[in-house]
Amino acid sequence: MSNIPPTPYNNIPVTSQMNPNSAPTMSTQNQHYGHVPPSQLPPGYSSLKQDRNSNSPAHLPMSTPQSGVLHNMNNYNQSASNSPAFNQSVVMPQTLGLQSSPMRPPVKPATTGQNFNPLPTFPSNGPVTTSNANLNYSQQQKQINENAPPLIPSSQYQPLINGPPGPPQPLMPPTSSQYPVSSSAFSQSSIGVRPPNANATFAGTLSGPFHQVSQAPINVSAASQPGLITSQPNIPFSGASRNSPMIHGPITSGPVFNGPPLGPSIPSGLPQELSRPIGINGPNNNLVGPPPISGPHSVSGPSSMSGPNSVSGHPPMSGPPTSGIMPPRSAVPKSGPPMIPPTSNALMQNQTYPGPPRNGSGPGQSLPVASNNLGGPQSLPVGFQGPPINQPGIMTAPQGPPSGPLSGLPKSNMQNRYPQMPQGNFVNNQQPLTQQPMMNKQYPQQHSAQALTQQMGQLSVTKQGFDQLWGHQMVDLMQCRHILPEYPEDPPEIKLGHQFADAPNCSPEIFRCTINRIPETNSLLQKSRLPLGILIHPFKDLNHLPVIQCTTIVRCRACRTYINPFVYFVDSKRWKCNLCYRVNDLPEEFQYDPVSKSYGDPSRRPEIKSATIEFIAPGEYMLRPPQPAVYLFLFDVSQIARESGYLQVVCDTLKNSLDQLPGDARTQIGFICYDAHVHYYLMSDGLTRPKEMTVIDIDDVFLPSPESLLVNLGERRELVRELLGALPVRYAAPPAPAASASALGAALQAAYKLMAPTGGRITVFQTCLPNVGPGALQPREDPNARSSKDVAHLNPATDFYKRIALECSGAQVAVDLFLLNSQYCDLATLSGMSKFSAGSVYHIPLFKAARTHQAAQLQRMLNRYLTRKIGFEAVMRVRCTRGITIHTFHGNFFVRSTDLLSLPNVSPDAGFGMQLTIEESLSDLQQVCFQAALLYTSSKGERRIRVHTLALPIANTLTDVLHAADQQCIVGLLAKMAVDRCVSASMSEAREALTNVAVDVLSAHRLAQNLPAGASTSSLHAPYALRLLPLYLLALLKRRAFRTGTSTRLDDRVADMCDMKTWPLCHLMRAVYPDLYPIHELHLHIRTEDEPYPDPPRLQLSAERISSSGAYLLDEGDTMLIYICGGVSAAYLSDTWGACAHSQVADEARAVPRLPTAGSTMLHALLDRLNDDRPHAANVLVIKDNSPLRTLFTERLVEDRVESAFAYYEFLQHVKSQVK
Amino acid sequence: MAFNFPAFSYIIALIVDAFLIFFSIFHVIAFDELKTDYKNPIDQCNSLNPLVLPEYLLHLFINLLFLLSGEWISLLINIPLILYHLHRYYTRPVMSGPGLYDPTSIMNADVLTVCQREGWIKLAFYLLSFFLYLYGMIVVLIAA
Repeated sequence: MSNIPPTPYNNIPVTSQMNPNSAPTMSTQNQHYGHVPPSQLPPGYSSLKQDRNSNSPAHLPMSTPQSGVLHNMNNYNQSASNSPAFNQSVVMPQTLGLQSSPMRPPVKPATTGQNFNPLPTFPSNGPVTTSNANLNYSQQQKQINENAPPLIPSSQYQPLINGPPGPPQPLMPPTSSQYPVSSSAFSQSSIGVRPPNANATFAGTLSGPFHQVSQAPINVSAASQPGLITSQPNIPFSGASRNSPMIHGPITSGPVFNGPPLGPSIPSGLPQELSRPIGINGPNNNLVGPPPISGPHSVSGPSSMSGPNSVSGHPPMSGPPTSGIMPPRSAVPKSGPPMIPPTSNALMQNQTYPGPPRNGSGPGQSLPVASNNLGGPQSLPVGFQGPPINQPGIMTAPQGPPSGPLSGLPKSNMQNRYPQMPQGNFVNNQQPLTQQPMMNKQYPQQHSAQALTQQMGQLSVTKQGFDQLWGHQMVDLMQCRHILPEYPEDPPEIKLGHQFADAPNCSPEIFRCTINRIPETNSLLQKSRLPLGILIHPFKDLNHLPVIQCTTIVRCRACRTYINPFVYFVDSKRWKCNLCYRVNDLPEEFQYDPVSKSYGDPSRRPEIKSATIEFIAPGEYMLRPPQPAVYLFLFDVSQIARESGYLQVVCDTLKNSLDQLPGDARTQIGFICYDAHVHYYLMSDGLTRPKEMTVIDIDDVFLPSPESLLVNLGERRELVRELLGALPVRYAAPPAPAASASALGAALQAAYKLMAPTGGRITVFQTCLPNVGPGALQPREDPNARSSKDVAHLNPATDFYKRIALECSGAQVAVDLFLLNSQYCDLATLSGMSKFSAGSVYHIPLFKAARTHQAAQLQRMLNRYLTRKIGFEAVMRVRCTRGITIHTFHGNFFVRSTDLLSLPNVSPDAGFGMQLTIEESLSDLQQVCFQAALLYTSSKGERRIRVHTLALPIANTLTDVLHAADQQCIVGLLAKMAVDRCVSASMSEAREALTNVAVDVLSAHRLAQNLPAGASTSSLHAPYALRLLPLYLLALLKRRAFRTGTSTRLDDRVADMCDMKTWPLCHLMRAVYPDLYPIHELHLHIRTEDEPYPDPPRLQLSAERISSSGAYLLDEGDTMLIYICGGVSAAYLSDTWGACAHSQVADEARAVPRLPTAGSTMLHALLDRLNDDRPHAANVLVIKDNSPLRTLFTERLVEDRVESAFAYYEFLQHVKSQVK
Repeated sequence: MAFNFPAFSYIIALIVDAFLIFFSIFHVIAFDELKTDYKNPIDQCNSLNPLVLPEYLLHLFINLLFLLSGEWISLLINIPLILYHLHRYYTRPVMSGPGLYDPTSIMNADVLTVCQREGWIKLAFYLLSFFLYLYGMIVVLIAA
């Protein structure tokens, strides 16, 4: 951060004054820089790596050569053998090279001849002439990315100064006389190490320090550079944050800013990582990575510059700074040349290749593109969103390119692999920048000769696939049996236009769109037949979240959008809203960067550098003083409840978690029990023991003494404990006559009265159908119709619970429901109390506390529920770029206006979905942005705003739209839509609609590709991005919520529907299509990054994948089924299960034995890792293949035929016959 | 020129129709407010729901008059709307009070547009039928 290069804003007089002060800190940071590379980078870096790796094997080879390579080998081999359809893909990567190659010839000559010219002219140019150069550079930078927006506009005003932060610096010296101030600012910021010199003389001194600086990184090692860049942002940030106005959220460690920002930056980072060891990478990183970060510019600037200047190379000739940089690189023959090309390629290629999606979208892609150029092999993966994923369907890809990496010569090979690079670079460079040709000389000679010849042979092949190169790959579903990637895929990459290529986008775990390129018109969307919508997980627990406190939160005056990384800076004082395009003033204080403590570039602010950010809201965001945390618990103590024994479990858990309830000193707590009457518990001042009061009149409930029903937790902790100890005993006694009924309605009304003045959370534990008083219900379920085709009674029987939920919502009270029923409870009606008050529904069917696993499950659930973060009196507003509106919301909330959700409570486990409509043509836009702002009161009584911003590019062809689809997100949204359809129409209609989605989408694809009709051929082609859609849809149809033909209790069905509406996508996907892991050979899939852990590949859910000599783990999200087949080896049994024979393994065990053996340790490591990312640990159930419970396992093999439900292949046949 | 029952029913229909026009104007305005975020859906539903049944009953009432007075043409024109009203009320969301509009589903874009379109169409229909009744009244009076 501190190193930030000069920016247009530096001119401001204030800045110059500031710099001296900041200088010391700056210099230290620079030192970090120099040293940082290898060691420091890793922190953010390594963590990133891990994430990526875990998801995608493709990255392994690079990061962890040994183990990773093995993995890849496996994947590739398998895939290759499996899918003929994808063979073409292999060719793909090279096509890039091919294209570039034709361009070359002209380039080379030009470069040689002109090399020197540009440079000499450069220095000679007065400020005026340099302006041209600046313009060029600015263009470059745009492409490179950066938050460049500000820079670009400004460049028009002041070409000299503005020039992109990085490159311009070198230029500055000549101009310095005119703009002394800026230059001084420059010197300090960019050359922080040597402040004194810089001040003394501009031109001369600048060049000197510059050289050193630039050289230093290079000398240290190419690898270090990338690290530096990435590391920089983190380091300054964390440091500054402590000192600066920035306030860290609850997470003290985290504020560093990694969390969200990283997400976006990561994608770019990954390719870099791969390349990192290689000299080539260095440059790439600089270009791509740094842009957003001002600091890096210094490094990057030179590199980008180098292209043109390199020839001149020598300081005297060219502007001092730029030239200085180049020579060092060129000196290192191997690393040097490659480095330049990548950068130039990245920049240029975008321009040169018109067609492909990458160019257009470009943002994150600058990296990917660069990587493509570099490595034939890598290019494929990028296009496809991760090479590793390819395995099953896309066998081919691995073969060609991967060979390079696999062959295993990391550094040296890299160069060989990418012979084309220089060519591509040349072409690119020359066209835009006349100065760059100089570079060319060096490259062709060194590299082209070596490897080019090899790859040239493949050129003809590549041509074929070139059109498909840009990710428009198809998969023949009928041919491809191994369709599921072995390791989870990352969602498709979002490729923004060059301007925002590196702008940090929101993490896909938080914000996801069904189509990563928005169709430009509604008709195009209709043609694609895809649902357009976003899924959001707004309050997700984040490890690192930038938290900011400032006096004014910068927002658009027209649409109230929060400033975000995707705004345009018109100049240093104004910004243009990216949602409504209004030009707004920038407050003075926004010029101040709390991290580097300097004035100047507003793009350094955390708001601009992170797409997820949290503000601590000032007073104007409060309608009333922030409410305290208030918790009220409603216990059903009717006969059935007593029999289930849940109260003991709940009270014990609650007692243990009492100290961990989120809240401050004002936290209040209260309890109400109800059977046919309502029982209150007074815990007022004078009492030494809680006092029970029973209200018999349930038709008109009243509160006996409100002030002592809700008591301060801190002051009455002992009383509360005592009550929690006494309650289970009190209601364990043989039921009184009143216990035959349950007056939930009356209790809710009482609870509402109690809570209305403050707001808070009501937690209801219900075990039976409420049958007396207000809100009494009749049993509606017909047990004989449980497997019938059309399911009735999915609608509420009465609106009582909805009305009370709305009242609660108005009073900022949320109602959460724990349904622990052993008989029909009409959840369809009861769930209304949570649905519309933003509560959550938990369902444990047939609960009996005597079953220890159920008790343990409830305890885990409750523990998480009680101790997780909570936001009170929240509202969430989702703003969209003009032209897009929100059509329908999915989740638990009350919609208060067209874009505003009222959330009395918001929990980290709640997800939301929104369907979107395109109302106006978007064709004149570059991108579409969505911003979700969640305003809530933390449990500490702080008003906070969490803002997530997502930007997506626009697509104008049907193919682009189809290939940019995010299949998981689509399934997530479809599940929610199908639930709505079930309720509003009927189950059969919803099922039909789900099937039709697959048919429609594939039909649309057929039209787009002009393929023969489905019925007339033997193949069924799907876009690569949608290849799993039919599989997921089939799985969805077999999910409890939508299945027919299998006996399903109505409450279970409805509970599943509630979950589908509210679960965040990752949980939902696991529930829809569970992960199946082979666990009998865990030792073959050990990952060794930090500490070794087993990472077995996923299997498709089909009995054909189940070997009779294996053991399998089926991870459904809330349950993990372990299935042990009879033929499993005795060694495995004894090692992992401590049993010498299959018959000795305990059937229906609820836990995995912990043994001091390697096998057991590995299995537990796997379980622990799987449990990591879910709210609470999953239940484990061990089933043997001769167990009566084996159907639990086999019914989840969704690809197999079940009575009355298609097998996957049949489903495909069905779809194929319908595709028109 | 004599004052007979058909003439009376037309006169009543004119007056009632004027009310219906006001109802539908209010309806259109209310949904516009919802769409532009001026009103909370709960408040809006609370103000709209009590008016639904009166509107339907008024409309039914004038048609009853037409039926009794044998004004078949006017009755025929109104029958589709009566059927629509019946259908609408039968398929209303589950709610304990009278009315059609559920604050939890009303903000759905589909529901909003349907309701708003319904408002405009009804307004047009009532306006046209106003002139029809006027014409009918004159005809009846003259004929008598």
